Amino acid sequence: MKILVTAKRVEDPESKIKVKPDGTGIVQEGLKYKINPFDEIAVEEGLRLVAKHGGEVVVVSIGGKEVHEQLRHALAMGAHKAVWVNHTGPLDQMGVAGLLQKVVEKEKPDLVILGKQSIDDDQNQVGQYLAEWLGWGQATFASKAESFDSENEKNKVPALVVGADNKTVRVVREVDGGLATVECQLPAVVTTDLRLNQPRYASLPGIMKAKSKPIEELIPAGLGVDVTPKLTVTKMSAPPARKAGIKVPDVATLVEKLKTEAKVI
Amino acid sequence: MDFELPESHRILQASIREFCEKKVKPFAREWDAKEQFPHEVVRELGQLGVMGILVKEEYGGAGMDALAVAVAVEEIARYDGSLALTVASHNGLGTSHIRVFGNEEQRRKYLPKLATGEWLGAWGLTEPGSGSDAAGMKTTAVKKGDVWVLNGTKMFITQGTVGHVFVILALTDPPKRQKGITAFIVERGQKGFTQRPIHGKLGMRSSDTAELILENVEVPDSARLGEVGQGFIDTLKILDRGRITIGALAVGLARGALEESIRYSKERTAFGHPIADFQALRWMMADMKTETDAARLLVHRAAYLADHGRPYTREASMAKLFASEVAMRACNKAVQIHGGYGYTREFPVERYLRDAKLCEIGEGTSEIQRSIIARETFKTA
Ligand SMILES: Cc1cc2nc3c(=O)[nH]c(=O)nc-3n(C[C@H](O)[C@H](O)[C@H](O)COP(=O)(O)OP(=O)(O)OC[C@H]3O[C@@H](n4cnc5c(N)ncnc54)[C@H](O)[C@@H]3O)c2cc1C
Repeated sequence: MKILVTAKRVEDPESKIKVKPDGTGIVQEGLKYKINPFDEIAVEEGLRLVAKHGGEVVVVSIGGKEVHEQLRHALAMGAHKAVWVNHTGPLDQMGVAGLLQKVVEKEKPDLVILGKQSIDDDQNQVGQYLAEWLGWGQATFASKAESFDSENEKNKVPALVVGADNKTVRVVREVDGGLATVECQLPAVVTTDLRLNQPRYASLPGIMKAKSKPIEELIPAGLGVDVTPKLTVTKMSAPPARKAGIKVPDVATLVEKLKTEAKVI
Repeated sequence: MDFELPESHRILQASIREFCEKKVKPFAREWDAKEQFPHEVVRELGQLGVMGILVKEEYGGAGMDALAVAVAVEEIARYDGSLALTVASHNGLGTSHIRVFGNEEQRRKYLPKLATGEWLGAWGLTEPGSGSDAAGMKTTAVKKGDVWVLNGTKMFITQGTVGHVFVILALTDPPKRQKGITAFIVERGQKGFTQRPIHGKLGMRSSDTAELILENVEVPDSARLGEVGQGFIDTLKILDRGRITIGALAVGLARGALEESIRYSKERTAFGHPIADFQALRWMMADMKTETDAARLLVHRAAYLADHGRPYTREASMAKLFASEVAMRACNKAVQIHGGYGYTREFPVERYLRDAKLCEIGEGTSEIQRSIIARETFKTA
């Protein structure tokens, strides 16, 4: 199987995000960056599938030279080769999906796995656009039925189940209030939810091997994609500061307040 | 000049940080309280390649450099000094002596299992009666026919009880002192070899420390590590490199002390202000930051020299001396900033302070480092 996975460079959720005073963006100085956690899960799932069925994992990232660090990280986790779409400047979801579509047409994977969203803009759109434009089936919010303490998780068994004829993939999806299982024809687009797997750490030998793995460079113009954004961010603002909580004297008052004031029970 | 870590080292740092956030940070306090060696976590670090950082790929290691060891050890020490000491001593002492001075047969036999952490390495130089004066050792190895017979006691040996492979320094020609010392490999379970755990340490409590007793332990000549009479000279080279790593460990503790202090001082209020508003504390943290960064620069310089085949004895001692004293000052300030809470096990800073003290003692005390720095400086003056 050939699996294409994404690795977007995002701000490390551990770092403190501050909005610029003029609201045009966030303060980037001193920030740490990492692979979008949902994408890390996509990389992991790709590696597990390939360990089981053979094949290769190709990781793609869009951005300036700095995204090499995320590509190299995915390669250190075990991905086989990387595609770098060299683009700086604003890009909206359709721009990303359009670029990925071209990469898919070029690489011809059996399966594309992406994070359901990236933790910076939280849009949750790229996988859906991509599947639509490719005319492929899509299974979003892939999850798994078992807990992270299960034997399967320990043994890094993939949660996505590829049919014996290699023509379908079965995906457990996270939906409101439960799980839904869908079967999708291959090739397909799958987006990952948090409970799909626990991604591996990049090992030291993996880091060394990653040094000699290829990173292919592509440019949007060369791919024939017009990435002019149809959507622009006009203003960013910090969330309102949390109001101070209140102390209640006993459980009875707490229950009362939850009923009458918060109206949650 | 470039002060950025190489990309591979940044990935290594991120990977270890995530591992520690999840697998070390929530448990370090309990391991310390119970003097519990975290076998499972060490095994997992082995799977990540952290137990064979310097071991070449052909022997199953990661084939990385001294800078990588420094980065890894600093990162682990930021969460747990004891675990960092396990990683530092395993990589830097036991495994390195075999890696650097072992013959091909010894490397093939031991390195693959040491590099994955399946076996833990220990290194026995210190004795009950000799530490700083390491060449004043009493342990002897006497050649009888085909075998060497070892007798003596080694003291404060890290991985002493949990270790599988022990590098033991012994006198083979006592009158020659420094030039009469030879290294041997002793395996756990060998006849006449007993390990007695040492409990009740001030810090580094979940690192395993033991006394080793050798009573007529017989090893073949193939267990001799390096040339006869060369053991002490080789040992000094191992210590040079090990000191960079202890420096990195101290930097990790100092950094942890600072990060915890910043967090706490923003939350704790007194006189209607977060205590972080008080200049007295802000200046403490300014000093902690400045000194920690300076210490890291010394550590990375020493690693750079080692990795580029340049002399680094003095620079390694400077890094170790400065970083361990910085760690003591920073951890002491961190306890002060935490007030009464800092004096309890509720917060990690008292543990960092206890752990930091070892850095001024192990692999050569601060006094010995100053002697080395002075000796090396006068040599070229
Ligand atoms: C937790 C822990 C782990 C350890 N792990 C290992 C290990 O894995 N392997 C191993 O071989 N050893 C190990 N050691 C031993 C360590 O290296 C020694 O404790 C250290 O070198 C000091 O030796 P000592 O304890 O005999 O002190 P001494 O040498 O007796 O020193 C006592 C004091 O005298 C001072 N002093 C001694 N000589 C001089 C001098 N010439 N000039 C000025 N001052 C001097 C010292 O600086 C110190 O302040 C470990 C120790 C500890 C505590």
